Amino acid sequence: MAITREEVLHVAKLARLELSGDEVERLTLELGAILEAVGKVAELDLDDVPPTSHPLELVNAWREDEPYDSLGLDAVFANAPQREDDLFRVPPTT
Amino acid sequence: MGVSSVSSVVDTLRLTAEEAAGLVERKEVTGAELHRAYLDAAAERDPELHCYLRLVDEPNGDGVPVALKDVISTHGIETTAGSKILAGYVPQFDSTVAARCKAAGLPIIGKTNTDEFAMGSSTENSAYGPTRNPWDPERVPGGSGGGSAAAVSAGLAPWALGSDTGGSIKQPSALCGNVGLRPTYGTVSRYGIVAFASSLDQVGPVAKNVRDCALLYSLIAGRDERDSTTVELPEPVRLPEGEDLSGLRIGVPKELNEAEGIEPGVTTAVQNAIELARSLGAEVGECELPRSVEYGLACYYLIAPAEASSNLARYDGVRYGLRVDGESYREMVERTRDVGFGDEPKRRIMLGTYALSAGYFDAFYGQAQKVRTVIAREHAAAFERFDVLVSPTSPTVAFKLGEKAANPLAMYLSDLLTIPSCMAGLPGLNVPCGLSEGLPVGLQLIGPQFSENTLFRTGHALEQAIGFDPVPERLR
Repeated sequence: MAITREEVLHVAKLARLELSGDEVERLTLELGAILEAVGKVAELDLDDVPPTSHPLELVNAWREDEPYDSLGLDAVFANAPQREDDLFRVPPTT
Repeated sequence: MGVSSVSSVVDTLRLTAEEAAGLVERKEVTGAELHRAYLDAAAERDPELHCYLRLVDEPNGDGVPVALKDVISTHGIETTAGSKILAGYVPQFDSTVAARCKAAGLPIIGKTNTDEFAMGSSTENSAYGPTRNPWDPERVPGGSGGGSAAAVSAGLAPWALGSDTGGSIKQPSALCGNVGLRPTYGTVSRYGIVAFASSLDQVGPVAKNVRDCALLYSLIAGRDERDSTTVELPEPVRLPEGEDLSGLRIGVPKELNEAEGIEPGVTTAVQNAIELARSLGAEVGECELPRSVEYGLACYYLIAPAEASSNLARYDGVRYGLRVDGESYREMVERTRDVGFGDEPKRRIMLGTYALSAGYFDAFYGQAQKVRTVIAREHAAAFERFDVLVSPTSPTVAFKLGEKAANPLAMYLSDLLTIPSCMAGLPGLNVPCGLSEGLPVGLQLIGPQFSENTLFRTGHALEQAIGFDPVPERLR
């Protein structure tokens, strides 16, 4: 199954990856080959088979609703690229 | 006791963790001296092997040191997951497994190298350079947990923790000639583990022998309130002692043992181990996993990248990790991710995003989830007749650096035999079973969920019978 250059650019946009021209070329080829290999799953007729999203049949995991300490603000911001007061600073969103 | 006399007691290449604990208990060495002995070994051999991304000079406990794969968050110790996007990231809390190691008195000796975000089968995808195999430095140690496996084999750590999504504990253990357990999904907490594919990721031990492996597993396993996917173990971990396998039913899945690409030397070593199991009293019979092996790899390379694309969305340059500036928020995020992620995470993010995108979801991700059910059912059927399934862990012995690096699909085939049982959430143990071309061959033991004690019993008995020397020949 081939994937087009336009599809690669579209997926990169969805994934928030700014790819260089070379990367787009290479990924178009590589993803085409990988999709052809993984597309093999379509060979099986599995209409009556339920999907598995998780290997254990857990339903609910309960615990007592008791307060406990969470990280302090200095710890929360310790790795922040840019902090302003008690906020993470980012460039303008528009 | 002086340094010279310590090194005469502590042969880090040979000493098991259990023996090391005995030395400390009998006060023949102190915990600090033990820690120093492994640091000295690392100073001697790690410049060549590059098992560690960083070492911890001062021990924070008196017990047997443990090395942790760098996807395991450690309070105050940089944790990068082998990625540039986490360069300089210092966790402000301990993962549950790190906290349990500390609580058991095990000082953390260092953080081991890994393929970036645990994505790879050779440790060549680490943004910090590859790890080399202690048996032959021209060859890879396997991956993604090549740093942990190589550190244990080279005597740079008595034992270590790795993480396994589709084979990242078992396969490096096979290629480095030591014992590695991928536990039953849900038995070990993932709190504080850098997430790759959440329905598959499991933390587990790497050790010189099965008893050490079982001991380390017993220290980290069990329910954790901070990871709601964890459960209590149905029975306590038993350290294996027996040497016979009477009453044990061993199944040999045809497809896992006859798959294309399995090297003849690997087959020979595995068959010898199966014959030994028979001589120890096990009943051996053939079984089938027809679709698990044929479709397992395709199933995995849809589900794992899909989950990865979601998990890795958090690396956006906002709260922690790398930020590359941009004029707008969106430009900043896109540049940060382009610069911060290496080729393999990008490939998997792209693949996963595509498989989850509108129009393709049912055909790819939805279908793969159904294949996963088929794989689980096939294994369940096999376990109606057998207690343990055996096969090679890796189709090949350790391959040369660069040999598969340019071909992602060839690299993915390294995990052909480990992936199916991972998809079913089953535990798997790698036990060295001999050499082929002077390099270790690993035997994979797979059991039903929560059958770790059976795997330990089987692995221990076989280990005694095989008599494999875990010290790489060139270091003896």
